[in-house]
Amino acid sequence: MGIVSISRRNFLKVSAAVGGGFVLKLSVSSAAGNSASAELNAYLKIASDGTVTIAAKNPEMGQGVKTSLPMIIAEELDVDWKDVRVEMAAFDPARYGIQNSSGSMSTTRNWDLLRRVGASGRQMLVSAAAIAWKVPQSECTTASGTVIHVATGRTLKYAHLASKAASLPPPDFEAVVLKDPGSFKIIGTSIKDVDGPQIVTGQPLFGIDITLAGMLYATFEKCPLFGGTVKSANIDEIRRMPGVRHVFIVAGTIPDGMIDLDAGLSGGVAIVADSWWQSIVARRHLRVQWETGPMAGQSSAAFARQAAQLAKRPPQMTIRKDGDVEAALKQAARIIDASYSYPFLAHATMEPQNCTAHFKNGRLEVWAPTQNIGRGRALCSRVLGIPESAITGHMVRAGGGFGRRSFPDAFVEAAWISKVVGGPVKLVWTREDDIRHDCYRPGGFHTLRAGLDNNGKLTALTDHFVSYGRNGKFVRNADLANTIFPAEFVPNLEYGASLLPLGTPTGPLRAPRNNGLTFVFQSFLDEVAAAAGRDPLEFHLDLLSERRAASTASSATRTRDGEAEPPFDPARMQTTLKLVADKAGWGKRAVPKGSGRGLAYDFFAQRCAAHIVDVTISKKGEVKIDKIWVAFEVANTIINPSGALHQVEGATLFGLGQALGQQVTLDRGGVVQSNFNDFPLLGIDQAPPVEVHFLKTPGQPTGIGEAALPPVLPALANAIFATSGTRLRDMPLTKAGPIAVQRSALTKMFQV
Amino acid sequence: MYTLRVNGTSHQVEADGGTPLLWVLRDLLGLKGTKFGCGIGLCGVCTVHIDRQPARACSVPLAGIGDTEITTIEAIGENPLGKKVQEAWLELDVAQCGYCQPGQIMSATAMLASIPKPTDADIDSYMSGNLCRCATYIRIRAAIKHAASSQILEAVHK
Repeated sequence: MGIVSISRRNFLKVSAAVGGGFVLKLSVSSAAGNSASAELNAYLKIASDGTVTIAAKNPEMGQGVKTSLPMIIAEELDVDWKDVRVEMAAFDPARYGIQNSSGSMSTTRNWDLLRRVGASGRQMLVSAAAIAWKVPQSECTTASGTVIHVATGRTLKYAHLASKAASLPPPDFEAVVLKDPGSFKIIGTSIKDVDGPQIVTGQPLFGIDITLAGMLYATFEKCPLFGGTVKSANIDEIRRMPGVRHVFIVAGTIPDGMIDLDAGLSGGVAIVADSWWQSIVARRHLRVQWETGPMAGQSSAAFARQAAQLAKRPPQMTIRKDGDVEAALKQAARIIDASYSYPFLAHATMEPQNCTAHFKNGRLEVWAPTQNIGRGRALCSRVLGIPESAITGHMVRAGGGFGRRSFPDAFVEAAWISKVVGGPVKLVWTREDDIRHDCYRPGGFHTLRAGLDNNGKLTALTDHFVSYGRNGKFVRNADLANTIFPAEFVPNLEYGASLLPLGTPTGPLRAPRNNGLTFVFQSFLDEVAAAAGRDPLEFHLDLLSERRAASTASSATRTRDGEAEPPFDPARMQTTLKLVADKAGWGKRAVPKGSGRGLAYDFFAQRCAAHIVDVTISKKGEVKIDKIWVAFEVANTIINPSGALHQVEGATLFGLGQALGQQVTLDRGGVVQSNFNDFPLLGIDQAPPVEVHFLKTPGQPTGIGEAALPPVLPALANAIFATSGTRLRDMPLTKAGPIAVQRSALTKMFQV
Repeated sequence: MYTLRVNGTSHQVEADGGTPLLWVLRDLLGLKGTKFGCGIGLCGVCTVHIDRQPARACSVPLAGIGDTEITTIEAIGENPLGKKVQEAWLELDVAQCGYCQPGQIMSATAMLASIPKPTDADIDSYMSGNLCRCATYIRIRAAIKHAASSQILEAVHK
């Protein structure tokens, strides 16, 4: 509630400053169309033909908010969805508040706000009708875009009331009457993507489809190592290539030692041509000498060696310390040791990074497929030396985001190139640029030890996490929270970390942190359960009953990306786990020889998710994933069931893709992989059936695009262990494992 | 100067013969529905039909097109089968980000033209070159079957 009300207050404060109240003005749109339409507020216009235009405030990248957020407004406004047109809102935080799409926060932040936006509009329309009929508002009700005077049965359509309504003072935003969720007509029904018709007919829709008059096309070559600058390049030769209009060196503005995509403009060589293909042909002839920094020798192989050395020493930092681990391990009946690792990962959005910019007379206009246009505007302001007020940003549908498009590198590059060229430019990255200049999901190394007592109970657990960072500070998204499970559930527990300096940017990838950490902890707990000779389900249900009072070390507030997050409720997790076990027939269905199942769960973005994966391993060792069951705990109200199912299935399969061969490795400073041949995406032939069950619990709706990702990774590894006795501890699971036949079989199956 | 037939119309194109069809379509003819994903024929987002056969437009040079008939996502709906596939995609709300879906639809249409009643195995095999980062595969399978079950398809194959 805290988060929602804070943004609402901001919204109101700013709105009030603009128009003296929540609802602003009557604007008769002459530019936009034939029919006059009345603007009830920043989100709502009602045309004389009854069409209701609703602004979608947050950028769309496949997570469904361009459809689901307007649904909330339409519901409370009380109109039929068939009369609704959705348009992307302008980027205008003064009117709309936070317009990022990230952290599963769009729904969480906007649910209450947008209900009130819709209800305020409805209230104004009711007022207008009551005035017209000279009756008290309380005698009026609404249905399907119509105000009804109950006693007399008189009706007035919203279309006829809109102009009058827009001239009325706005209602008290906090006091507007919201619908009883039991009477929802739109929320809770499966509404199809509002851009669907354009998608299936190939209409221009995405950032890469933007075309401006007189636009040139650009490609931008950057140093394989982040922050590297151009020493020299064969600019004159490139200038003579067909279609090339401009070639120039960009000095770059990344401060020394700042390894972050938000740090500035990268140095490189820009080639601007009449067509994008001409810029690419020219680029093939480009020869650049780079000036690189101290990290030019970094490699994944060296990181692995250094991590193994660090793991033998005490951690550099203590993250959490509960009880007396040393004593507990001394008394333990059984000790379990294991080391786990996971690699860097690229986002590989299907639409490569791109941006279209037009710099003119000190002003910048940008069309960006982005998750966070505000960050792009701020960076451009800094780099180009113009005020933010001189930058107009348009949010364009993005072909995937997953965290990548929270960063404004393509944005600032396009802006810079346009400024130099003096005209509109579309910058499009190649796939190789995209894979090699990402902010990667950071890799990590974990050395774990657990102790079991005589009763098979987990009494002690330690993790020495070797991650990336410097001077006690983790790089972006490479940290281990002191609350990560099983913290608080094991009496003697220590989390420690040691850091390796890294010269490559990192960033959030769908379900940041947990997309690696949950693989490690849920796999290791499965090892512990096996060592204790216990059924994993029973082991976990018991473990989840063991929450302890927080120790001093754990008294820090649980936060995610800087926002407070409530602690997870183990009882809810138990219920989620029981649901998936029940649906999959865990322990009830006979598992045929050569088959096995694994389970795992996670709490992320306020949601519990639990997965069971079934595999069959042939005599030749070929692993086949038979089916995945998911139990996903949500609020009672699922705004758009079609979208919700999409996100849970999608996050599950997105995670599976990571297990089946994805890794980014560094060598001689740069990224080795370059395209889908060496960074393989999950294909349809690798996608098993996924059966999703939602567990409804009280509370407000939240975003659900991420939480279903982490558990699938350990659930698969646990299934392979249950079937074969082989424990795979390194991601991707197709990487070298301890049994040769198994390894080759995995490779065989996964690389079809 | 090359002449090529796209969606039933002849176009004169002034470009180097090595220019991939993808960029001719997108940047010279303004047909943005065919997408760019990898540039080397690995992801299928640029799938078009050349003489009714699916092809990756990023890997077909302009000089190699000759007098073939090219069909893109913008016109596949003029083909009753293509229209049916588009409708199935909408009916099942297949898209998440939507970027790969034009390519998926082009491949699915070509598949249904040769395999009217595909099994899951047929679909997995035929469609495995069309990647979807959002992993909408479950609905892609369902939508293909939905389109395959329609009467129009049977009429087309009679």
